[in-house]
Amino acid sequence: MYDIYALARGPLAWGAFIVFFGGIIYRLAAILLEARKKDHVVYAYFSPYYAMRSMLHWIVPFGSRSMRQQPILTTVTFAFHICLIGVPLFLFAHIILFKESFDISWWTLSGMAAQVMTVIVLLSCVYFFVRRIVQPDVRYLSSTADYLILLLVVLPFATGFWAARGWAGFEIATLLHMLSGELLLALIPFTKLSHMFFFPLTRIYAGSEFGAVRNAKDW
Amino acid sequence: MATTEPKANDEPIVLDDAIIEGAEKLSEEDIAQVINDMIRTEGGARFKAYLNTCMSCGYCSGACHYYLSRDKEPRLAPAAKVKQTLGEFVRKKGRVSRETLMRSCEIAFTDCNLCRRCMMYCPFGIDVAFLMLFVRRVCHKLGVVPRYIQDTAHSHSATMNQMWVQEDEWIDTLQWQEDEARDEIPDLRIPLEKEGADVYYSVIGPEPKFRAQLIYQAAVLMHAAGIDWTMTEFPGWDNSDMCMYTGDIEMTARLKKVHFESALRLRSKRIVMGECGHAFRSVYDVGNRFLGWKMPPIEVVHAVAFYDELLAEGRLKIARKFERPVTFHDPCNIVRGQGLHEKARSVVRQSCETFIEMEPNREHNFCCCAGGGVINCGPPYKNKRVKSNRVKAEQLMAAREKGAEVVIAPCHNCHGGLEDIIHHYKIDIEIKFLIDILFECMEK
Repeated sequence: MYDIYALARGPLAWGAFIVFFGGIIYRLAAILLEARKKDHVVYAYFSPYYAMRSMLHWIVPFGSRSMRQQPILTTVTFAFHICLIGVPLFLFAHIILFKESFDISWWTLSGMAAQVMTVIVLLSCVYFFVRRIVQPDVRYLSSTADYLILLLVVLPFATGFWAARGWAGFEIATLLHMLSGELLLALIPFTKLSHMFFFPLTRIYAGSEFGAVRNAKDW
Repeated sequence: MATTEPKANDEPIVLDDAIIEGAEKLSEEDIAQVINDMIRTEGGARFKAYLNTCMSCGYCSGACHYYLSRDKEPRLAPAAKVKQTLGEFVRKKGRVSRETLMRSCEIAFTDCNLCRRCMMYCPFGIDVAFLMLFVRRVCHKLGVVPRYIQDTAHSHSATMNQMWVQEDEWIDTLQWQEDEARDEIPDLRIPLEKEGADVYYSVIGPEPKFRAQLIYQAAVLMHAAGIDWTMTEFPGWDNSDMCMYTGDIEMTARLKKVHFESALRLRSKRIVMGECGHAFRSVYDVGNRFLGWKMPPIEVVHAVAFYDELLAEGRLKIARKFERPVTFHDPCNIVRGQGLHEKARSVVRQSCETFIEMEPNREHNFCCCAGGGVINCGPPYKNKRVKSNRVKAEQLMAAREKGAEVVIAPCHNCHGGLEDIIHHYKIDIEIKFLIDILFECMEK
């Protein structure tokens, strides 16, 4: 048990972070180079002002008509993403690990806040799952990958919550938490979760085309 | 032509014999080869980013008039159209059946107007129109294209205009309109081949063919505003382009080249185009790109912007405002395409007594369901096209209830589409071009 823990805490964590950052760099570089070759318009019409304008409208909750038309989905989506990124980055238990390993630390969430935010992530996933099954258009659009990435997100948060609450078997939960978190990190660049870093690219292009060429709004 | 009527339960069937004939000639190997070649050569960064990034969230569904009008049929959500076409192409590594190819052809050509409304409703700004055009290009390369629009593309290839108009017919039409107009304004001319004019005026093929009065009205407007203008007697007079919509980008480039070059040959200062949406798209941000021009090599002004400019400069004066209450339909290709909505409203407000907004409007207006080459796919698809835009009918009815008696649509395709909708849903509203209003109200 301790051996596996050491493995998850050491080499696997390193591996996950390397694959995560390396994967992002690789995929971004690949797509930007391919755009150089085949999608000249992406560079030719790039406009920082309109790209930012578009990004702002889509990164601010209810900044677009589309988001206003689906208030529940929009509220859940924003709450989900904020908690999804916020909890792992500012969790006290995570910062301790960084402190131990590299002697660096930063601001942390209170334990209560982290737990509430984790519950928000989990409930959001339940909402997304139910929505995928219940709403006909989304059900039609959903593929196995869409369900699997939901599971991929649920695992580290559910096990993390379990461990944090100290429920029975929390040692196992901790281990599962580390492993599933590492799996999630490593898979982000190579699954649909890559929308995390493709979002700015597609928005920059859409914003530039709509703003600089077509003098129109894109929100 | 049409083999069967659509079944009541909305089961997908292929309506167009040219699609069936085209597909029958192909083996699965042929199909796979073309699809894979296309993905390898033209499936670039945008293609990959769009397909990888779609989270199947359904934000786009509510943007699509097909989806909304057909009782939220899941197959008609924009992302679903991608899933059924490119999704299958990629998933099966090109080895799709003829049935899938035929269905993909119908989806890309007749279930999407390439209006780009969904791009505004997608959190990632995924350009479904771009992806549908990719499917259309695959279909074009495989020779599987709806008959009517392919005929139009053939006309473009053979005559450099959309409607098989011969050179003498074109000149005759202009002379005929000039002759008619001279009854009203004795010194009016439609100048042909004049070098160094301020304005090179170009129209789309259907104007000399069906709507010659628009050329008459434009001539009167040019005369009244004292514009130094010209048209060309040679190919290049037609600024339209259905090849852009069949996926024949090589022809698009040729067409736009002829158009630009005839204006440049006459050393005109700029091109002014009649009230057409898709032609503007082809000249302003499609054809020029295929020719390697970041922006058109000569300034291109859409009629709506031109009218606004003439009114602002006082060259065009309104004698008496149009009395009946009007509403305005924002054509996709000049609003999402060049943001002309405020200029259009300025012209409408200056020329009409009462202006009633349609909801939604401006960039968020619903497409007419005729654009993107859909109306050009002809009679086999007319019923579907009308049925698939019930939301437009509701939008028009709401404007009618607020008192609008006339809907102004400065686009030929929109006219065709809206006419069919008005007729089918029995809406008591009349449709006009902006120049119809100006012609009636300006000082001549």
